[in-house]
Amino acid sequence: MKHVLSAIVMNQPGVLAHISGMLASRAFNIESLAVGETEDPKFSRMTFVVSGDDKTVVQVRKQLEKIITVVKVADYQNQDIVERDLMLLKVSTDNTSRTEVLELVQIFRGKVVDVGHSHVMMEISGTESKLNSFIDLMRPFGILELVRTGRIALSRQSSLSVDQALQPPEPYEYVEETAEVG
Amino acid sequence: MSVATQPQPCTAPTTQPAELNGAEVLVRALIRQGTDLIFAYPGGCTMPLHQALTYHRDEIRTILPRHEQGGAFAAQGIARTTGQVGVCMGTSGPGATNLVTAIADAKMDSIPLVAITGQVPTTVIGTDAFQETPIIEICRAITKHHYLVTDPKEIPRIVKEAFYIANTGRPGPVLIDVPKNVQLTKFAEEPDLDPPMNLPGYHPEVRKPHPNQIRQILAAIKESKKPIFYIGGGIIQSDAAEEFTKFAKKTNIPVAMTVMGLGAFPGDDPQSLHMLGMHGTVYSNYAINEADLLLAFGVRFDDRVTGKLTEFAKHGKIVHVDIDPSEVNKNKKAHLPVVANIKDVLQGLNALVADEDVPEISAWWKQINEWRDKYPLKYKDAGDFILPQYAIDQLWQMTKERDTYITVGVGQHQMFAAQFYKFNKPRTWLSSSGLGTMGFGLPAAMGVQAQHPNSLVVDIDGDGSILMNVQEFATLKCENLPVKILLLNNQHLGMVMQWEDRFHDGNRAHTYLGPVDHPEAVGQGAGGHYEETYPNFVQIARGFGMEAQQVRSKKEFPKALEAMLNSDQPYLLDVICPYQEHVLPMIPSGHTVKDIIVE
Repeated sequence: MKHVLSAIVMNQPGVLAHISGMLASRAFNIESLAVGETEDPKFSRMTFVVSGDDKTVVQVRKQLEKIITVVKVADYQNQDIVERDLMLLKVSTDNTSRTEVLELVQIFRGKVVDVGHSHVMMEISGTESKLNSFIDLMRPFGILELVRTGRIALSRQSSLSVDQALQPPEPYEYVEETAEVG
Repeated sequence: MSVATQPQPCTAPTTQPAELNGAEVLVRALIRQGTDLIFAYPGGCTMPLHQALTYHRDEIRTILPRHEQGGAFAAQGIARTTGQVGVCMGTSGPGATNLVTAIADAKMDSIPLVAITGQVPTTVIGTDAFQETPIIEICRAITKHHYLVTDPKEIPRIVKEAFYIANTGRPGPVLIDVPKNVQLTKFAEEPDLDPPMNLPGYHPEVRKPHPNQIRQILAAIKESKKPIFYIGGGIIQSDAAEEFTKFAKKTNIPVAMTVMGLGAFPGDDPQSLHMLGMHGTVYSNYAINEADLLLAFGVRFDDRVTGKLTEFAKHGKIVHVDIDPSEVNKNKKAHLPVVANIKDVLQGLNALVADEDVPEISAWWKQINEWRDKYPLKYKDAGDFILPQYAIDQLWQMTKERDTYITVGVGQHQMFAAQFYKFNKPRTWLSSSGLGTMGFGLPAAMGVQAQHPNSLVVDIDGDGSILMNVQEFATLKCENLPVKILLLNNQHLGMVMQWEDRFHDGNRAHTYLGPVDHPEAVGQGAGGHYEETYPNFVQIARGFGMEAQQVRSKKEFPKALEAMLNSDQPYLLDVICPYQEHVLPMIPSGHTVKDIIVE
């Protein structure tokens, strides 16, 4: 099972190294990790895609929250979220194949960002499965280079803004856990 | 903490007025946090800090250990006995890497420690400068938090945060790496030593137990027929031993302790089942196995306690209280998990518990007492040989009325001490329990003695462990720290040897500590000890200026021990013990209580 975790962290040197080191030393399997500044430059948002059973993902989340520079972590499991991956892709083309490639780019609502004599570079964003099917369609033409940002996500309902993350937690925050286990 | 009163060797000449630079501000910030004792080994990149320390020698005593690791364990000695933050310092490069083991040790045992390291100037960081090492990178995974100071103005905030982080929530070590140019930067005006902290992601103080959880715990207790407490270091760290003892007495539920939990409940009280786990008592392990309610307070279900996880306490409902959310449900799923300070939980329980909540468990006690009678902790009579268990038993008898602290190294002697010294008070037993660092005992004792100059401090050590920090004999002598060392010398690495005997047909694989041309090195010894044991610990200790004696005969032992305990000097008693003794009972690693070895 894949979970998407979103974390607000302090934007300081070493935070990414600390987090990736913790994940590695505890043998957690991370599929992707995307980092960038938030609306407040003092904080960054990290989006993790973690695979593993629920117990593992809960441990990942708790271990992340233990890191002092990590302000708040949200698990987007069972939440209505918008998720996107951005990809740049360079495909080999000649005069006969170019039109077909451009057509497919249009269907996928991608954008051509560079054209050469023998290649086309395009940007395309969307969900992971959309990007994967696009990659499959491009394979026969010859993929020269490919780069992806890793997944980023925001929840439609409960948002995890920096302002919200900075609110101190409720005193009985962990009570729900009791109910869960019963 | 009070300033340890020790004779200052010489009256220092009037110090020059302190220059207000980063180093001076850092020392003032430490004093502001209550530090009056620091273990610090100087080097190129900490010279400004050491200079600043001399200007404040009336407020803060600086002790020079003979190795940075010794200094850091000594600082742990302060932290473990007082609950205050221990402070140590080393220079950049090797000075910093020498602290690493003790920092990792503090992380595993949740000890509040602030380690300060010098660093090469910021202008040359990353150039492989002389004595440069990326100590923050090295220590990320073994600290609770860490700081590289790049702006001198941040020193007061960083020091304040470091102490706060180290000693709140689940305590742990914090590293502050201070480049030399930051130490030398002059301040134009007096800094605010109590600035606001900037820790938006750290809220250790809000986790309170919910009243419903308290009621649920009491309900579980009331229903239980075979309840047991499984308590650990959390009780001691949160200074909740008194509250715990009160609650345990009220409910009359048997108490089993982890190695970190010893002292949280009086060891010589009949309600104590003593230690559980790999080398715990048979009756505590049987009781855990049969229990229908496991009250796991301030513990982390370590593998040395649980053995095979799926079989551990599988008949019982588990109530797990811990301050660290990541420990709850980590190894063992709890039926009732409570993330809170155990002290708050116990205060809640004590306030709410009524007579009708006390379970009817006389049949359970009858069963436990049968086990206790059948499998007591015991050792045999070995004629005139001095068994390590006997030596510790004697030490207990002779020191139980005194204000005594016990430290240990790691190995057989550590487990024998855990089994046969009865700890009646918290914070009197110091053991490297999670990391299991040989060489812990001597420097830890040195820190305890510096903090508690009028107490009796005994390092029960092994002949393997003691050599790992033997250089601290010099610190004991030169800083006038009259630590007593009960050296249980069997000429072997006893714990590994024991596993060799049990699981490797006695094949000696580098566990004999004497010359390799002795037959003992390959397990072919005659069973006794040589006329001259190796090394000559008495000569070594005397060479450092300590008092020392060797004792081989049980008849002579009580007198020899008494002589050591009555000395006002640092003293080593080299006790020659048979190497055939095994620490029993023993549950082999990864096994269950059914596989317990008693003979």
